[in-house]
Amino acid sequence: MRDRFVRVASDLLDTDDRTAVVLAVITAAAFEEAARRHPDRVIDVGIREQLLIGAGAGLALAGMRPVVHTFASFLVERPFEQLKLDLQHQDVGAVLVSANASYDWPQGGFTHMAPGDVALLDTLDGWGVHVPGHPDEAELLLRRAVAGEGREYVRLSEQSNRAALPVADGRLLPLREGGPTAPVVVAVGPMLDPTAEAVAGLDVTLLYAATVRPFDAVGLRAAVGARPTADVVLVEPYLAGTSTARVAEALSGTPHRTLALGVPRAELRRYGTREEHARAHGLDAAGLRGRIAAFAGAARD
Amino acid sequence: MTATAHDTAPTAPPGAADPPFGYDDLPALMARMTGADKHAPAADSLTDALWVLHQDVLRLDPARPDAEDRDRFLLSRGHGPMSYYAVLAARGFLDPAVLDGFGTFDSPLGHHPDRTLVPGVEISSGSLGHGLPIGVGTALGLRARGLAEQRVWVMVGDAELDEGSNHEALEFAGAYGLDSLHLVVVDNSSATWGDSRSRAERITAAGWSLAEADGRDHADLRRAYTLPHPGRPHAVLARVEPKHAR
Repeated sequence: MRDRFVRVASDLLDTDDRTAVVLAVITAAAFEEAARRHPDRVIDVGIREQLLIGAGAGLALAGMRPVVHTFASFLVERPFEQLKLDLQHQDVGAVLVSANASYDWPQGGFTHMAPGDVALLDTLDGWGVHVPGHPDEAELLLRRAVAGEGREYVRLSEQSNRAALPVADGRLLPLREGGPTAPVVVAVGPMLDPTAEAVAGLDVTLLYAATVRPFDAVGLRAAVGARPTADVVLVEPYLAGTSTARVAEALSGTPHRTLALGVPRAELRRYGTREEHARAHGLDAAGLRGRIAAFAGAARD
Repeated sequence: MTATAHDTAPTAPPGAADPPFGYDDLPALMARMTGADKHAPAADSLTDALWVLHQDVLRLDPARPDAEDRDRFLLSRGHGPMSYYAVLAARGFLDPAVLDGFGTFDSPLGHHPDRTLVPGVEISSGSLGHGLPIGVGTALGLRARGLAEQRVWVMVGDAELDEGSNHEALEFAGAYGLDSLHLVVVDNSSATWGDSRSRAERITAAGWSLAEADGRDHADLRRAYTLPHPGRPHAVLARVEPKHAR
């Protein structure tokens, strides 16, 4: 997805002279050609993440549309006060594009993991959060984000689903409809493929989300329909439970239970591969299936 | 205090025709604001540096506070903003009557300024160390948009300069040669470590042009503000009386 980001951002630099790309070394080499064409609008500030966000905000104040990029841990966590004050409190827009996600580079250890990024952004107001599950979705969501004026976070990952889905409208996309009491499973971004595999043969309703903020409460209520009680399963590629409060708000009129699956808070002090980390977190198909089936079975008891 | 020569300003900046008040009106304007007593000395330390910048340097028009071709002044050290509000009122950006409500629920004037509430305020500040990085981006943005004549001025306090974010911005702007960017450090010796000399050395080591000035002497401030600095960002270290007696 990061390659696609470079191609799309380079194209936007060519076609819209309000676009500026702000970098802090990460991915700067891939932007060298674009930087030669647009030296004033591709800015690598060096290893300076407070300046990365502050400069992005200043560009926005000067009338530009900044696209600000580095790894999620250094884009959202390290300069968090700059997100809060330089962007939100100044009331200016920016498109933040992260890479590395929750555990894309397990050999890099916890310093380069950011499972808490979306939960942190949830403490702020008015951010759009996009978690594409495929490079084509990333391109579409990125182009829409840059075309707007708001504060948008596009969370790119090396993990990808096999096929892109039509995610343009930011709504929950119904993929399978279960029976009237079946759990409603919401799979976010790259969690769709393992989730779809996990629920094969189970009676569930399956929804897909590539945009998680604003959360599509209307779409969730539509999937729940008129049933008197509801069971909801969230499968998120970041901190488990990040969207639980959004589900509670959406279903405040319906008694419901929520199973929130995602990356646990506890540090997994292991290196290895993404697959090994997914398995350790119970986020591979087998791990998901066991927990979703147990939850669904408990629902029927 | 040796405020001098403010009444002999050479040329009024474009657009700033007939501001309603002069420097001598500032104390009365500031007296209309109450309720932030602990910040009063800090508010005072900026007064002259702010006044000379507004009167003699910044190209601003209170009738068009959002004009694209304006200079940008970013008050980074946002606490103790009474002198800032007083200068904005004196220069015609604010109705002086608004000053009376300072800090109250229905007033746009808080103990830290909010750009969305006050005409002429370019950034909402209060948390230290945000103005200079934002100023870097503003200068880059104006340059990218072809607004080559517009200048960006950021004002910080000497203690604020300790924030690491400023050093990210100082080093970048110096090496980049961002010569539309200007920094005023109002130095009242309030930093916990280091001194005026170490601050000056850090700024020049980052590749900036630096002028030191008596932060109470209007002619000296004007001189320091207007020195040419081709190819380099420019800083003015404006010394005022120490915040605490030594």
